[in-house]
Amino acid sequence: MYPQDYRYTKDHEWIKADGGIGTVGITDYAQHELGDVVFVEMPKVGAQIKAGQSFGTVESVKAVSEIFSPITGEVLETNSALVNAPEKINQDPHGSAWVVKIRIADPKELAGLMDAAAYEAYIAEQAKEHSA
Amino acid sequence: MGAKMVNFGGWDMPLEYSGILSEHDAVRTRAGLFDVSHMGEIEIRGSSALDLVQWVTCNDASKLSIGQAQYTGLMTDRGTFVDDLLVHKISDTHYLLCVNASNQDRDFGHIVSNNRSSAKPENAGPRYSQLAIQGPRAKDILQRITPVPLEPIHYYHFTFGKVDGVECLIARTGYTGEDGFEIYFDPDFSEKLWNRLLESGAPEGIIPCGLGARNTLRLEAGMCLYGHEIDETTTPWEAGLGWICKLGKGNFLGSDSLARQKQTGIERKLAGFEMLDRRIGRDGYPVLIGGREAGCVTSGGPAPFLRKNIGMAYVPVAASAVGAEIEISIRGQSAPARLVALPFYKRPH
Repeated sequence: MYPQDYRYTKDHEWIKADGGIGTVGITDYAQHELGDVVFVEMPKVGAQIKAGQSFGTVESVKAVSEIFSPITGEVLETNSALVNAPEKINQDPHGSAWVVKIRIADPKELAGLMDAAAYEAYIAEQAKEHSA
Repeated sequence: MGAKMVNFGGWDMPLEYSGILSEHDAVRTRAGLFDVSHMGEIEIRGSSALDLVQWVTCNDASKLSIGQAQYTGLMTDRGTFVDDLLVHKISDTHYLLCVNASNQDRDFGHIVSNNRSSAKPENAGPRYSQLAIQGPRAKDILQRITPVPLEPIHYYHFTFGKVDGVECLIARTGYTGEDGFEIYFDPDFSEKLWNRLLESGAPEGIIPCGLGARNTLRLEAGMCLYGHEIDETTTPWEAGLGWICKLGKGNFLGSDSLARQKQTGIERKLAGFEMLDRRIGRDGYPVLIGGREAGCVTSGGPAPFLRKNIGMAYVPVAASAVGAEIEISIRGQSAPARLVALPFYKRPH
């Protein structure tokens, strides 16, 4: 379910690092919690983002949720497919519904993120808390 | 049933089952089933029942025939809303009021403390469960499990009869802008009727619907929600609800203030707007007219059937013409919008 080669944040973003570029999106857990996604606000290409900083929003029918960057770097590309088809985030959150690509300024930041096993354990805890 | 649950005014309610968009679409094109048992019921009985109903509400209940219902407001002495509700005339001495879940006790207290008649109000919420089946196929689906002929029941009329063997009040009313029915019955039969309705409607593709779709449907149909478009600071004139405010029926609680306001005119009025780009103006967001803050969004969000983003807001009367351009402040950024006529959506049949 959660790709082994991705890294994950506590705010339910994922990042796939490849050749100095990080592709970032929100996780399946996040899209399920949000419900039907109707709008995605993305940053401008060229924007400089810091790790932990909000760079956009994912909006569902009822809620607005900020997206926080897992890493520091420059925004190289945003996913234009999400403009007309924000529902892709519900359909393919880990694949074609990536949100931004960022040039990784400091690869060491990746080490501080959760791997798939840690993230799955983390969301299992979250699910328990929600039903408590 | 896999619903996402949410706390709504002290009730544990389903927000959505299969998703708000799919539920909204089901009601507009087929049928949806809502558990609205959280709604409140107040019964008013006695030879003076009509007097009490007339005193505390703004619409004219003397115009109701037996088996007819009307939308109305429970008024403060200032002519503002304690609640909005439906009044059903069961007999000359018996009226059933259906009120908002969150206002049940407050409404009852208000009616009791303003009761100058011999009529007896009863806080009857615990005695009723309520289901709403809404959509173009709702009648066909309900007809399968009731011997009561449904076609002759006109909109905003009701009757008593059996649904799947259970005694019900069957009303052709709803909060979605579609045709449909709301049925009231003994809570012991809730699960049975819920399941039976879903079963009966399976060929049409009926699905369970939660509070999320209930809200998007009523917003798209331009219907008010207490606490948003109407509250103790708004009058029927301001809310575009002059059609339920019948000063001609005689004095009632708040009628003096309402007559005064009708005379001097209103300063603000409820307007509908649609967003001009893809951004969404939501509840509480500031409304800017000519660059200056002029109020805030009372309800706003996606209109799934119309495929636009809509909302309502109180605007100064001078700036309330359809077509007027306004802006909604979305997290510090201005997004353009335009005033449109209400309702946003009207069913085709």
